[in-house]
Amino acid sequence: MRRFLSKIPWNYNLLIGGIITGVILLFTVIGQFWTPYSITNMNSMLKNKAPSIMHIMGTDNFGRDVFSRIMNGCGTTFFVAICTVLIGCLCGIIIGALTGYFGGLLDEVIMRVNDVMLSFPSVLLVLIFISFLGKGKYKIIWALGVMFIPSFARIVRSEVIRYKNQEFVKSAQVMGAGSFRIIFIHILPNTAVSMLTAAAIGFNNAVLAEASMSYLGLGVQPPEPSLGRMLSEAQAYIFTAPWYAISPGIVIVLIILGFSMISEGLREMGTK
Amino acid sequence: MKKVSKVLLGVTVLMLSAALCACGGGKKNESSETANSSSTETTHEGFIFGMTQEVTSVDPHMDTDAATRGVLFNVFEGLVKATPEGDVKPAVASEYTVSDDATVYTFTVRDGITFHDGNAVTPEDIKYSLERSAEIDGESSALSAISDIAIPDDKTVVLTLSAPDSEFIYNLTIAILEQANDANQGTAPVGTGPFAIKELKEGQYLDLVKYDGYWDAAALGDYIPSARFKFISDAQTAFMELKGGSIDALQYLTSDQINTLGDEYNVVEATMMLVHGLFLNNQYEPLQDARVRQALNYAIDRDQINEMMFGGKSQLIQTHGYPTITAWYNADTESTYTHDVDKAKELLAEAGYEGGFDLEITVPSSYTQHVQTAEIIADQFSQIGVNVTLNQVEWSSWLEDVYRGRNYQATVIGFDISSLSPATWYKRYYSTSSNDMTNFSNADYDAAYEAALATIDHEEKHSLYGQMQQILAEQGASVFIEDPADFIAINSKYTGYTTYPVSAIDLSLVKVAQ
Amino acid sequence: MKYFVKKFIALIITLLVISLLTFTAFSVIPGDAAISKLGVEASPEAIAKLQAEYGLDKPLPVRYANWLGDALHGDFGQSYRYDRMTVAQLLGSRLPVTILLAVMSFIIIVVIAVPLGMLSARFSGKWLDVLINQVTQITMAIPSFFLGIILTYIFGLVLKVFKTGGFVSMEQDLGACIRYLILPAVAVSLPKIAMVVKYLRNSVLSEIDKDYVRTAYSKGNSESQVLYGHVLRNALIPVITFVAMVVAEILAGSLVIEQVFSIPGMGRLLITSISTRDYPVVQAAVLYITSVVVVINFLVDVLYQLADPRVRTA
Repeated sequence: MRRFLSKIPWNYNLLIGGIITGVILLFTVIGQFWTPYSITNMNSMLKNKAPSIMHIMGTDNFGRDVFSRIMNGCGTTFFVAICTVLIGCLCGIIIGALTGYFGGLLDEVIMRVNDVMLSFPSVLLVLIFISFLGKGKYKIIWALGVMFIPSFARIVRSEVIRYKNQEFVKSAQVMGAGSFRIIFIHILPNTAVSMLTAAAIGFNNAVLAEASMSYLGLGVQPPEPSLGRMLSEAQAYIFTAPWYAISPGIVIVLIILGFSMISEGLREMGTK
Repeated sequence: MKKVSKVLLGVTVLMLSAALCACGGGKKNESSETANSSSTETTHEGFIFGMTQEVTSVDPHMDTDAATRGVLFNVFEGLVKATPEGDVKPAVASEYTVSDDATVYTFTVRDGITFHDGNAVTPEDIKYSLERSAEIDGESSALSAISDIAIPDDKTVVLTLSAPDSEFIYNLTIAILEQANDANQGTAPVGTGPFAIKELKEGQYLDLVKYDGYWDAAALGDYIPSARFKFISDAQTAFMELKGGSIDALQYLTSDQINTLGDEYNVVEATMMLVHGLFLNNQYEPLQDARVRQALNYAIDRDQINEMMFGGKSQLIQTHGYPTITAWYNADTESTYTHDVDKAKELLAEAGYEGGFDLEITVPSSYTQHVQTAEIIADQFSQIGVNVTLNQVEWSSWLEDVYRGRNYQATVIGFDISSLSPATWYKRYYSTSSNDMTNFSNADYDAAYEAALATIDHEEKHSLYGQMQQILAEQGASVFIEDPADFIAINSKYTGYTTYPVSAIDLSLVKVAQ
Repeated sequence: MKYFVKKFIALIITLLVISLLTFTAFSVIPGDAAISKLGVEASPEAIAKLQAEYGLDKPLPVRYANWLGDALHGDFGQSYRYDRMTVAQLLGSRLPVTILLAVMSFIIIVVIAVPLGMLSARFSGKWLDVLINQVTQITMAIPSFFLGIILTYIFGLVLKVFKTGGFVSMEQDLGACIRYLILPAVAVSLPKIAMVVKYLRNSVLSEIDKDYVRTAYSKGNSESQVLYGHVLRNALIPVITFVAMVVAEILAGSLVIEQVFSIPGMGRLLITSISTRDYPVVQAAVLYITSVVVVINFLVDVLYQLADPRVRTA
């Protein structure tokens, strides 16, 4: 482990980003198994208490410990973001690779559909999805995942088009390799770097999207905690219990900051 | 580097000048706009009542929600109108008589009563209004019980019912409109109330102006000359506006909010006149068993909900009833259940649900009060092994799927008092009723309901309605929780605000403080 | 020219497809306009009557055809929720607010981001650049709705200079309206400013080193000629694209920020119309929003094309 870590050419962004993300991940993982207080038990005596040694981020309008709920809620947020990116990425790769490689009418049609989806207000798209499917954690994952497909598909498509006419592909074709073999064995591995970057950005967008959707009441349902949901519930108490809104907000900021610093750091590493 | 700074300078200047141009343009607009607006419209001076629900229609026969009814109470009146005590008093009619068998209601049109446009109210207007309302509501309208409307002379209207109904008078608060204005009822209706509609600006406000020719003006004295209902969809925002002084009165405040208000506000404490509870679909498998429903009634901690949500100021209930209307309320039901987790577990075990069961609570997402109550219930039920999931739906989905489709397991909702007639409240649990949302079915209850409808004796009615409330409580028809506390804050510049048991925001009682 | 025509046809098709999609989607989802309007106590007869009045009893293709026919004549019909308002009036009352917010955000972005981006490029690698870089990275990570909440807290409670919900309509007092919109505009712009700064910095730096700049110098052009004639134009293209997209996004109704500050704009209208199943309004609002996005994309395409004809092949 030490040798592995020491091999990475650390830079400022990577280091700070790694530390921020690492700490949050640590608390999140712990939060899935153990939290200082119950995340659902309510207590009217502890309503809206300011941060103290007992409750370092205070308590909410039901007397629940905000810190405990954040520890657990981060898990929901990460889970939704990761699944969303996975769905978007996998479907995007398949659609992008096929349309990019084969082109023709299919390409034209799918790219038009892509255009439509990209120009459709994303919140509206999610709203329609949710009206069909109902609300909830898994539904928001599908809704957001589908929403993320076009942007991934677009990136993969242009990458595939770029490599399609290069020598190594042509020679593989001459050697009689099938189309799918060429796409998945020869072309796609070359796009790994740009896909990783896209996935990192996608992850950040997904965290933001989950938070916004839950903020509008469309995402994760109570009593399960999620950062966006907590923020929206807390807004009503911003003047009486500001800590309740500020804590989950800051955690969202830290998650996004951590990841964008890591991706920035990776980019720097690549250019050096 | 020098090159770069030149580029910098150039671009900055370009962009800045573009921005400045835009600013300049904006400025110019501003001055001309303000000049325009000052001549046509000024901000409202006078009493402003904040409304978190919007009034979308001014046609009183189309009115749909409590908020609209409450506001339009100032503009329209029926043959009779509600009083703050929960009864009705003559309004458009100056007096009325009911035949002994409660089938013939005879009304005398009030002398000198006029619509806001100055025209006198005629018996034909009354006939027209009742018929219009009945037509809009269709067969299930309460007015469909009228078999004949006769006009023997130009001061009298006689209603004949197809069956005896001693509660029928409560249905006659329906607005009397002017027949001559038939084409404009949806846009510019005129009524006979203490205020006339001045302007409805959709999504923003409804302005009312005092009607000088109001029949009861002398008795009311010098009430406020004009009023505005301002629509602010967000409750928190509305409260901020109240504190900031841009509105004078606001209802449905929380106890936390009340505690932060200073001396410049008078707080009126009332109840929302809402049967608030966890309504159970009696057809859902585990809930078919009365013991399971009773178990839920034992498992719920009404005090905790009251404490969390309303600072302990609500009226706890255990049946479908409005405690403030003592004429009909059966207070004995209040001791049916206590918070007793062990008893609840015992009942569940008896019914064969030792390990509990899954329960999905559907709540309309736009009502924080319902959502939060559901959250607390979820926590409380977890103690007896009932695993609650919350399903938040939009209001329109709730109406269609839950209320009309009855496709749900349990839901948190409140039933407001849309009519003073208790028969309309208790029809909700009558087996074959179209609005028996909970699918509650009980032979004793049905018998009592039919008997209550048939009798015209007040004592007997009282006892029958009491029995029905007892059955609802004992059977655990649903988990009735409370009639929530309602705090109304009014700027102390004004006095006289009085609450009603029905949805009515009566501004004719509001006066400027001396 | 052929390129533009093709793009334009694609634009029209996109809009048609979107209107059809919205129409279908909203006829299938649960919740009914008539039920939603008439509420709990309504009788089935009254509901059926209202549905007939709205034409909801007709089959979907007929309704779509009727709607499309009217829409092509500029008639978007009557709002279901507001008895006395046409869709056009309703949109007309909400649109100026959103446009004003978009314009204000745009000004803030340009006024702050351009100088910062330039400074960052000018002092590339120096401490100022690093500082700007770090600050923008942090601001980029703040979701605008959280920023909105924090701003209302600071300016509303601590400094007491902002009244939450004290929105004043434009007809009433434009000055007060603008003052109210400043905080929302800041909340919208701050994360975008960071992005524009980054874009502009990289854009300027990459242009300044390009061959054509050196060639231009070697041909004896004066410095200002080179800068304004070549570098500026090229450096600004990606930035303009980006800013255009930002403006499109805000014009499309900042659903979340309008919610945070309770601003009666397009976004709020859309959300309430969806939940009350006010289809005519939803339909028109969606069409408006997508039109803004699609048309701005189209214009950016055209702009690109004019600035750099090579784009066509890419």
